[in-house]
Amino acid sequence: MKAMNYRGPFRVRVEEKPMPKILHPEDAIVQVTRACICGSDLHLYHGMVPDTRIGSTFGHEFIGVVREVGTGVTKVKVGDKVLVPFNIACGRCNFCKQGLFANCHESNAMATAVGGIFGYSHIAGGFDGGQAEFVRVPYADVGPTIIPSDMDDEDALLLTDVLPTGYQAAEMGGIKVGDTVVVFGAGPVGIMAARCAWLFGATRVIVIDHLEYRLEFVRQYAACEAYNFRSMDDPVLFIKRITDWLGADVCIDAVGSDACGNAMQTITGKKLLLQAGAATALHWAINAVKKGGIVSVVGVYGPTDNLVPIGNVVNKGITIRANQTSVKRLLPKLMDHVRKGVLSPKDIITHRFALEDIAEAYQMFSAKLDECIKPVLIPSTNN
Amino acid sequence: MEKENLKEQFTHIPGWGVDADWENDPVYPMRDIAADDKSADWKRPAQQTTSKEVQRSNERPEHPAVFGDTLPPTGLSGHLRRYAFHYSESKYRHWLPLLLADRINEVEGVIADVKSGFFPNIWKERGYQAYWKYDRRKLINKVATVAAVSIGVWMLIRRK
Repeated sequence: MKAMNYRGPFRVRVEEKPMPKILHPEDAIVQVTRACICGSDLHLYHGMVPDTRIGSTFGHEFIGVVREVGTGVTKVKVGDKVLVPFNIACGRCNFCKQGLFANCHESNAMATAVGGIFGYSHIAGGFDGGQAEFVRVPYADVGPTIIPSDMDDEDALLLTDVLPTGYQAAEMGGIKVGDTVVVFGAGPVGIMAARCAWLFGATRVIVIDHLEYRLEFVRQYAACEAYNFRSMDDPVLFIKRITDWLGADVCIDAVGSDACGNAMQTITGKKLLLQAGAATALHWAINAVKKGGIVSVVGVYGPTDNLVPIGNVVNKGITIRANQTSVKRLLPKLMDHVRKGVLSPKDIITHRFALEDIAEAYQMFSAKLDECIKPVLIPSTNN
Repeated sequence: MEKENLKEQFTHIPGWGVDADWENDPVYPMRDIAADDKSADWKRPAQQTTSKEVQRSNERPEHPAVFGDTLPPTGLSGHLRRYAFHYSESKYRHWLPLLLADRINEVEGVIADVKSGFFPNIWKERGYQAYWKYDRRKLINKVATVAAVSIGVWMLIRRK
């Protein structure tokens, strides 16, 4: 089968790989029909995540058709069209029972901080991902969810990560009716977080980024205010000024380790790798939230350390909430929102590529060429 | 705040306030705390087996029921990865060798390609066709900068 093959920072290609096999009674083999490149895949692509081995296949956002199931699988069958949450979760450990499917304790041998994730380095379990024609899906009775016949495939595709992550960002913000919410980052997750903030009753939503085309997109898509931090001396001061000098009730970091906007963070975090990426957005979020406010973090950082103003967290009495998204927990509600037309995630897709053109797709997304917001990969067997 | 007034004010946003909990503060159903029995003794799924070498964090006593067994460690990078897994996730001695192993692994990948008779097409693997199509000027600047720095470093080395 054809699969993406990572060769080092900024180098990927498509190669023939052996077909995945059932390795556990609860496994399924899924033939991928659509896969996304996620903003967090770019952290891998840029070589920022430790233990990303040469030959890895990335891809944790995908849908497909079940082609084979293990002897212990009862809830999906061969031929089912499924969306596959990016978390690999057993559904029965202490953490899964609490709905913390992203923190499953039975799916990642190589790190205890996070559960298994498809195609996200060996620190997320060493599983191959869905930027391929076929993929092994463990715990097939837990994660994979049959796509309803009335749901568009590309809406289903964005329910595997982007929409749930944006929604959980807003949810973790504990947004109350009347709140002002600032979202740092107008990438796919930031766009979704801004859109979902309204669902919780926010009365003002503000997005901060530096790419004009994305700011214009989010203004239209999420009906929010959007500002370019390149046009201001100090984004924190700007936010204070437009919030009666108090700060926002809730700040969301939807950027993570690939942030720009602060030379010191960029050099130490992205160029010299002296910290786990540039924590610029988190820095701004902590300083721009009001006293007693909440900072919600869904931006992905590496596992080592970052420079953040922890003293201000204490002095301002801020609550920080963060996690990888527990997609399965949110799926029933979000599928309902999509089917009722409240949310239309597929509208953020801007580019579609054949799987064979994956190197161009990564470069285009990474360098923000041709106003790229969300690229989708289509294996040639599914054109 | 008047619920109806606000709803009217935001009719242009589909779904405004549909997930707001007007009675509860804050809205945060993140954990089902009632399900937390504080136990590490759940009914475990069947154990996956493998003949491949799979690293395990030393912060857990055994492998999880399911794990990825792709790409066992090999070569010099593999030695470094094995060394790293002697240390916990809170140690630099865990993460820094892994980062170094990744860079070495990249070189090992090129050597393996060449040894198998395959010469990587760097232009294609870096997706420069897309750059050439959509932002040719930036690509030329990028290539020129790298070339200038490389030549400068080479000349400095030669002078010594």
